[in-house]
Amino acid sequence: MALLEVRDLTVVFERKGTKPFTAVDHVSFDVEPGQTVGLVGESGCGKSVTSLAIMGLLPARGARVTGSVLFEGVDLLTLPDKQFRDRRGRDLAMVFQDPLSSLNPVIPIGIQVTEVLERHRDMPRKKAMVEAAGLLDKVGIPDPTRRLSEYPHQLSGGMRQRALIAIALACRPRLLIADEPTTALDVTIQAQILALLKELVHDMGTALVMITHDLGVVAGLCDEVNVLYGGRVVEKAERHELFAAPRHPYTHGLLASIPRLDAPRGEKLNPIRGSVSDNIPWTEGCAFAPRCPNKLDVCVRVTPEQEDIGGGRLLRCHNPVKPPVVEEVSV
Amino acid sequence: MLRFTIRRLLQAIPTLFVLSVLVFAWLRSLPGGPATALLGDKATPESIASLEKIMGLDQPLYLQYFNFLGRMLSGDMGNSIISADPVLEEIGRALPATIELSVVALLIAVLLGIPLGYLSASYRGRFFDNATIMGTLAGVAVPVFFLGIVLKYVFAQELGLLPPSSRQDADIDATRVTGFATLDGMLTGEWDATGNALWHLVLPAIALSSIPLAVIVRITRASVLDVLNEDFIRTANAKGLQATVVRTRHVLRNALLPVSTTVGLQTGLLLGGAVLTEKVFVWGGLGSLLSEGIQRRDYPRLQALILLAAGVYVLVNLLVDISYAIIDPRVRTS
Amino acid sequence: MTSLLDRKKKRVDDLAESAGTSLAADAFRRMARNPVAVTGAVIVLAFVLLSIFAPWLAPKDPFLRYPELLENLRADSIPGPQPGFLLGSDEFGRDFFSRLLVASQQSLVVGVVATLFGGAIGMLIGGLAGALGGWVDTLLMRLTDILLSVPSLLLAISIAALASRGSQTTVIIAVAVVSVPIFARLLRGSMLAQRHSDHVLAATALGVKRRTIVFRHMLPNSLGPVIVQATLTLATSIIEAASLSFLGLGDPDPNRAEWGLMLSKSQSYIDVKFELALYPALAIIVVALGFTLLGESLREALDPKNRR
Repeated sequence: MALLEVRDLTVVFERKGTKPFTAVDHVSFDVEPGQTVGLVGESGCGKSVTSLAIMGLLPARGARVTGSVLFEGVDLLTLPDKQFRDRRGRDLAMVFQDPLSSLNPVIPIGIQVTEVLERHRDMPRKKAMVEAAGLLDKVGIPDPTRRLSEYPHQLSGGMRQRALIAIALACRPRLLIADEPTTALDVTIQAQILALLKELVHDMGTALVMITHDLGVVAGLCDEVNVLYGGRVVEKAERHELFAAPRHPYTHGLLASIPRLDAPRGEKLNPIRGSVSDNIPWTEGCAFAPRCPNKLDVCVRVTPEQEDIGGGRLLRCHNPVKPPVVEEVSV
Repeated sequence: MLRFTIRRLLQAIPTLFVLSVLVFAWLRSLPGGPATALLGDKATPESIASLEKIMGLDQPLYLQYFNFLGRMLSGDMGNSIISADPVLEEIGRALPATIELSVVALLIAVLLGIPLGYLSASYRGRFFDNATIMGTLAGVAVPVFFLGIVLKYVFAQELGLLPPSSRQDADIDATRVTGFATLDGMLTGEWDATGNALWHLVLPAIALSSIPLAVIVRITRASVLDVLNEDFIRTANAKGLQATVVRTRHVLRNALLPVSTTVGLQTGLLLGGAVLTEKVFVWGGLGSLLSEGIQRRDYPRLQALILLAAGVYVLVNLLVDISYAIIDPRVRTS
Repeated sequence: MTSLLDRKKKRVDDLAESAGTSLAADAFRRMARNPVAVTGAVIVLAFVLLSIFAPWLAPKDPFLRYPELLENLRADSIPGPQPGFLLGSDEFGRDFFSRLLVASQQSLVVGVVATLFGGAIGMLIGGLAGALGGWVDTLLMRLTDILLSVPSLLLAISIAALASRGSQTTVIIAVAVVSVPIFARLLRGSMLAQRHSDHVLAATALGVKRRTIVFRHMLPNSLGPVIVQATLTLATSIIEAASLSFLGLGDPDPNRAEWGLMLSKSQSYIDVKFELALYPALAIIVVALGFTLLGESLREALDPKNRR
């Protein structure tokens, strides 16, 4: 049995006086114990909402969540708040995008780490402090004992993200969801944080759901990748397969749009045309159709269904990109 | 923390200095000058001239100011025209009554306002929230003195439940120690005196608390709503902390930052409101001194009261800043 | 460094920034849909019309002592409603209802004149500070900050007490002065926010003259928050004026019909006829509430955070 089974997860935002907005539309995926799964897509594709829905952190009012999220066989969506709180931070944890705003500005870092330990591991404050220092050390924060009494604004951006990771991993959760954990950081720090995450989840055997718009992150970290577009999974594949042979035009476009250092001088960049605002509703056809180079007439009339194309790959497209012919490599 | 406090104290000095200049200018701009004001409209030019000499009003303006400042600093604020007593003595006698009333009113406003504002934010958009918002808007629109008049009429005169005026019943023979009616009873063991004083405090304190209460409710509500949207509240929930821990340790503590500022600002409103409330309830505090002083244009008294009010306001703001620094580490270190 | 005053100032500045570049039409559309705003507008409109036409609407002469009322006027009983006299008599045998109606004029005059004066002087100070910047800005803002640091009612009392005899004019001046620092801060903050905005930077870069930028770009875009503040100030002015009247700082002429004065005088007759206190107070409350509702919903409508 998979550690996490997301089935037909749908999130609709409703607000009085406005049209309901479907942010996540029947998203399904599995996460095996210890596995790292990527959720990839540009901003507004529903990846963050998916993660918040799994964690049960969407606002109670205004967001209607349906489908099921089975964590070790228990449906988190129907779990009473109290029992969910017993699991959050202990069995499944989350690292957020902006480390400064995600830490409480008026509480010392130490307390913010120990309150998880006190809550879930029944540690007395003193023992928790020692453990917290150990955790900060483990995530690479120098002089951890002194840092315990400092406030978030006294730490650098990278340090704050390390502290957040320490908080998330304090109880050795079986699932960690990381929502764009490196977007707010400098490029040099990004690589360090990713390496740290990779090392820690490997050591602890924690499964990781990595939410990102950055295919570079995916390439370095994920075993399996789900590409989201307009709230739906448009392509799912094992990492190497995806990079070697992207089948959905959107995935293909994402890969092609990465500037390559080895490209010949003067070669133009290949951005994906248009933006998310050009989408058409999934109910009328393919949401990506208006931006798609492979568009057929059928794409704006019939909603593409998700198909199993073999090799564990799923695809939602009327006119996929042809798999590349394996070329003879000439030396 | 100590350095922060000292720095704040030093920063208050220029404000007080400018205020003293303003009060001096205020005195000088009285119709006909301070001497005429002291002697009244019917004084002869000779008597005015001789008083001006006594008061040093024939000296250059800057010397007059330094004389004025020197007298203020040495605690000589002149004698009241009404009672002929030194103004400071008058104030000393009346001060406890006003402090007692203001403190109780502020306590009511804070202890009721913060929970109400919090609840209102938690039930955002529901009936309770809308009713509270309308209540606060109406609360600000009701003149303090009218609320006092209604409370007095309904609960004292019509229902006879509570005393209509004064700080204690006339037949209570309480020993005076500090001048605080409630404290004196406790110190001397005359508990009936304390009880009676508290009983007398109910109506005026409620009247005086109305506007600060409304303001504190609104600020708390807005502040809690802001904090609830913060990312770190999501983090706290993601940690699986109990809802009560999230509410107190994470939401309330951050939400109280702007509220503490507001409480400081309310002291200004309280000082103004106390003048009106004391008049309605014949309270015999600073407000009564002030309104009596206004009627008779007792300028030495008015001058001292205005300086005192400004000083108190500066002092309270100082205290608020220090308490703010205690809650918010970012202020301390920046 | 945030001192308390800084934060008090910041609140004004935030308002200044919040409403900066709103579209009037957009705000108006949202106001029309908001029941709170409509309620406020209806109250304000009714109040303005009432006070303008009060002399014609009043069924009796508000200053005349009527024999049929005086006949039944005793120290312990004031005549109640009767034919011709909707709310009966006041403490001097005059028609209470007509006096209530006519008194609305005084409140309107105090509110409007004080707000206009306070707003004009405040905007002049704030506008100069915002447009010129530099030492002018520093000096003007220091001065307003000191005014801002004195509790408003006490400031009003000190100013009103300067006159040896209370009058409507001193009350208006006192109430107006209290609102000066708020308007000054508001307009300055709003203009400073404009100064760093893209359209002003663009105009500056194109070499547009400073005067043109100030009058064509910065001022018009700063008006939103000023209008909000003016609406709210109308409410506080009316209450402050009534408070000054209550303390005996207003015009003591007993002939004058004014809600604050009526309230103040009614205290002596509160056991005899409670309505004498109730109706003028209700009038003040309703009018103040009307302006507050209108101002608050205007602030909400102009706030870009609420636009969608």
